Amino acid sequence: MSNQLNKSSEGLFGFLGENPNTDEFIKGIWKDNPVFVQVLGMCPVLAVSNTAENALAMGLATAFVLMMSNILVSSLRHFIPKQVRIASYILIIATFVTITDYAIQAISVELHKSLGAFISLIVVNCLILSRAEAFASKNNIGRSALDAMGMGLGFVFALLCLGAVREILGNGSIFGMAIFPDRFQEWIVMILPAGGFFTLALWLFLFNWVKQKKAKL
Amino acid sequence: MSTSQPILTESSSGNNKMLIAMVSIGILCALLIVLTYEGTLPRIERLKAEALEKAIFKVIPGITKTKTFRLQKDGTFLLTTDNPKTATVVYAGYDAQNKMQGIAIEASGQGYADKIRILYGYDPGTQTIVGFYVLESKETPGLGDKIEKDPDFLVNFEALDVSLKTNENMVRHKIVTVKSGSKHNPWELDGITGATISSRAIGDILAGSTSEMVPLIFNNRETFKIIGKEDVNE
Repeated sequence: MSNQLNKSSEGLFGFLGENPNTDEFIKGIWKDNPVFVQVLGMCPVLAVSNTAENALAMGLATAFVLMMSNILVSSLRHFIPKQVRIASYILIIATFVTITDYAIQAISVELHKSLGAFISLIVVNCLILSRAEAFASKNNIGRSALDAMGMGLGFVFALLCLGAVREILGNGSIFGMAIFPDRFQEWIVMILPAGGFFTLALWLFLFNWVKQKKAKL
Repeated sequence: MSTSQPILTESSSGNNKMLIAMVSIGILCALLIVLTYEGTLPRIERLKAEALEKAIFKVIPGITKTKTFRLQKDGTFLLTTDNPKTATVVYAGYDAQNKMQGIAIEASGQGYADKIRILYGYDPGTQTIVGFYVLESKETPGLGDKIEKDPDFLVNFEALDVSLKTNENMVRHKIVTVKSGSKHNPWELDGITGATISSRAIGDILAGSTSEMVPLIFNNRETFKIIGKEDVNE
């Protein structure tokens, strides 16, 4: 899977030759979006997207870990022997997850309460490990940072798409502000895990539909 | 790969390289974690204390300041300023005239999803529970988490009877959760339809905690009252 990813980004390079840096950044948001195209890291996507605020916080936390671990993995890429690279990546990722955990607690106890165990689970988010293995370990720091920024923003964008729909329908509000009159009957199922699957399916459908239409043109 | 000699030397130098790489990355990571931990600890502790303080104000109506008391081995309470993590502590709330309004007690127990931690206010004057707040819960959103926000459920904690038997160190009626809408006695909790297990868990947590703490606090109620003006922090 990682090889395939890398090839696709290299192939893209040949095609768009002139501006590789912009492409490195854009591909994570649209063409190789980690959620809608690569379908990576589904556990936090489905579990923590029940409100827009949680989705945003989770997305930013993941993006931060992705950014920092990509930079560190890239700067240590000549130093880490091939045999222990995965262990080293996990160690680096776990470190930044722990740092994020403390940082979120220091920002707001309430937020930390609502994200719960999912912050620690960023460690096993395959998006981060796959970027470390497929990109950061083979590219320089600047490009790895751009890649992480693009992928991170793509992840935030995808989580927000899910979180907004689920909160609007499931709770009648967006970012905690009520947007429907009191008579609105909330769709509780949207906040429950099943709603996450429904919403993800709808977004995947929409995303692929738009992509196919574009490709035909 | 034809002879064993080169493989041995290669793997031993490779081993050293691996060892050095892993150990140095480990040290670097440990350093980063320790720095962040030390850097954020004071703020995290302050935020947690603030959250608890806010909760105390919620569960004892009409108070302006609080004091922490530690439960001692002989069953009496002692005013304390430090916050020991191992000891059992209760929080007394005072109004603007330094009159004791109630005691906030922390309790926890198994809910539907995970442990639920709650804080409740006890008024020794009326021998009732006067307030309730969920400090920590992972109950199902939309169903079990109604224990935190359902107004019909929270009404239960405006005057929940936990009076003691005369001359006995026992609560007269244990708190019990009943089916929604069938509350007839002041010691009963009206449950929540759709959150049966969560609302029962709250009843059990309260019953367990009150049968232990309420007699202790009631018999020592004078301890909490004798706070002079100079002792109470504004």
